[in-house]
Amino acid sequence: MIKLQDITEEELLYGSLACAGCGGIIALRMALKVLGKNTVLVLPAGCLMATCGFFPQMAVNVPLVSTAFPSTPSTVSGLVAGLKVKGKEDITVLGVAGDGGTADIGLQALSGSVERGENFVYICYDNEAYMNTGGQRSSETPYGAWTTTTPVGRNKMWEDKPKKDLLRILAAHNIPYAARTSISHPREYMDSVRKAKETKGPAVIHVLAPCPSGWGTDTSKTVELARLAVETGIWEMAEYENGKYKVTKIIKNRKPVKEYIKAQGRYRHLPDEEIEKMQKQVDEYWKAMS
Amino acid sequence: MGKREFINGNNAVAYGVKLARAEIVAAYPITPQTKIVEQISEFISNGEMNAEFIKVESEHTAMSACYAASCTGARTFTATSSQGLLYMFEMMQFTSGQRRPVVMANVNRAISPPWTIWLDHQDSISTRDAGWIQIYVESAQEALDTTIQCFKVAENKEVLTPVMICLDAFVLSHTEELVDIPEQAEIDRFLPPFEPDYKVDVNRPLTIAAGTAPNLYMEFRFTQQQGMLKAINLWKKADEEFGRLVGRSYGGVVENYKCSDADVILVTMGSLSSTAKDVVDSLREQGTRAGLAKLRLYRPFPEKEIFDALKSAKAIGVVDRSLSFGFEGSVFSDVKAALYNNNCCIPGVNFIVGLGGRDVTADDLKKMYDKLQYIQKNGKAEQTVEFIGLRWSE
Ligand SMILES: Cc1ncc(C[n+]2csc(CCOP(=O)(O)OP(=O)(O)O)c2C)c(N)n1
Ligand code: SF4
Ligand SMILES: [Mg+2]
Repeated sequence: MIKLQDITEEELLYGSLACAGCGGIIALRMALKVLGKNTVLVLPAGCLMATCGFFPQMAVNVPLVSTAFPSTPSTVSGLVAGLKVKGKEDITVLGVAGDGGTADIGLQALSGSVERGENFVYICYDNEAYMNTGGQRSSETPYGAWTTTTPVGRNKMWEDKPKKDLLRILAAHNIPYAARTSISHPREYMDSVRKAKETKGPAVIHVLAPCPSGWGTDTSKTVELARLAVETGIWEMAEYENGKYKVTKIIKNRKPVKEYIKAQGRYRHLPDEEIEKMQKQVDEYWKAMS
Repeated sequence: MGKREFINGNNAVAYGVKLARAEIVAAYPITPQTKIVEQISEFISNGEMNAEFIKVESEHTAMSACYAASCTGARTFTATSSQGLLYMFEMMQFTSGQRRPVVMANVNRAISPPWTIWLDHQDSISTRDAGWIQIYVESAQEALDTTIQCFKVAENKEVLTPVMICLDAFVLSHTEELVDIPEQAEIDRFLPPFEPDYKVDVNRPLTIAAGTAPNLYMEFRFTQQQGMLKAINLWKKADEEFGRLVGRSYGGVVENYKCSDADVILVTMGSLSSTAKDVVDSLREQGTRAGLAKLRLYRPFPEKEIFDALKSAKAIGVVDRSLSFGFEGSVFSDVKAALYNNNCCIPGVNFIVGLGGRDVTADDLKKMYDKLQYIQKNGKAEQTVEFIGLRWSE
């Protein structure tokens, strides 16, 4: 377990332009606390690059190699190989990309880097849409959500597909270590980061990171909401390790899905029967998992 | 002296990469390039070459990985062709914009559709403005030697720009010729290890490829332009130095073949130059003062050198193996611009040839020179863009 007194403060400096209450920046900050100074970070186009990588407000205090939107995993591959030939294999190469950069445009490259078994840590901060470009849907946008490309006019075009299951995609690669976790559970999340660092080979963490601007929520509610996603059973905390899929947090008395949905502007339009449908799906999922 | 071997252009490039002691190779197969990276894999597997080969899942990844590997200070190489080059386009700009001296061999192959694997220059010319230096070669020997020169110029601290060496599909890539393979010690004297000032270093954290606002962006582009322009003279110097140390050089950035007293001159790039030189020789035997300017360096464009080669001609023809749709061949546009910038107006014509691998014969070249003599007499061209060897007349 990570001990709070052991972690550093220096790797993410003041000056990031992230919105108040940004879940993504919390995910990056906690990860760098665990990984420390002997780390190289890769950031593609997306909110974290836009808010931490622009001159003069460059907020990252480890080497940062910024790259194109689809290229986080492939840039990681090049760094891993380059550091190897330079005899610096002790450095952790960390890729951090959004849900779009990971599950959509970067998925092929991620599959390649994982399949090749390279030694790196990769974190997908999931805010469930393309936030940096104003909040369009991604394959990680959940059922029922409003985004700017799933607007809810007379034709009720809200997102009509469930989330892409990144953890099971990684499991299908028989990845040495992968986790689905949430910024609302810092000990569990940071422990996943530590495990990822200690893993020989690829390790990928999918972390829920709410975005108040895109979700229509109060900036003070980010952590609370992420917690609610876990406590309602919408967001399953799980790990894939040594060839096994394991649920890491069993919620005994799940809170009603409605509590999570009603707290967010992006679901404002959803009729009650849709929320009931979602509740049923969550119940069925957990029944199948038990 | 090293050894002599019967090898093709692809093998020659691979030998160049080995002799340059490249440390990282990230590449994806595509005809007709594949043999380059297969050969490099063999060198690594035999223990003849000490490098990491990243067996990527696409060319986009190949170029991303090259960009990143070069950021660690590793000497980095990749190779591709045609569709693969187009697939790299986004990442080529990260490499050039970030001033990472990656070297890439592009085996020139036409673009689909119609599906094809045969030679033309549309692939590399389409990436002309990606901020890469481009150099075209005529023979397997030149391919080997130039690959080594590429690293020398790319890594020069005043240049720090990636370089693409372009060699013609099949005519060069798959045709064997007798090639001198230099000694490692000769090349080590020519090419020192790569030591960039700015690289990934945990003791000196830098943000690489940071974002900028409009108040700084242009200055980055301006310095990129300065670096590129310096490559013209530095390439000439590198070619001379290579000549001194290894015994072969290629006329710098424009090879002037019998241009000094020529009335009619063709401008070519790549393997076609060999046939054209033969045609020049036979025309000269018949009393025609013909010349050939072989353009090696295409970007940066050697404006002054091309002007010097062409300035006393009465008519010029520029042979393009690609086309800027809706206008003319790009080399023709560039040559004309170079003449204009030097207050020079020579009547000229653009020959579009050999698209998608169509053969260009000595006879075709002879007809081009005939056309130039006709223009010389009349003082102007009737038609400025002509397709050579078309199945029907225009
Ligand atoms: C090839 C390419 N296509 C599109 C874009 C525009 N773009 C930049 S960031 C982005 C969305 C990023 O979404 P995500 O990865 O989820 O990160 P977030 O912004 O949500 O943090 C898009 C579409 C781009 N930069 N490059
Ligand atoms: S838009 Fe959302 S993800 Fe982007 S910086 Fe703001 S809060 Fe963070
Ligand atoms: Mg996102």
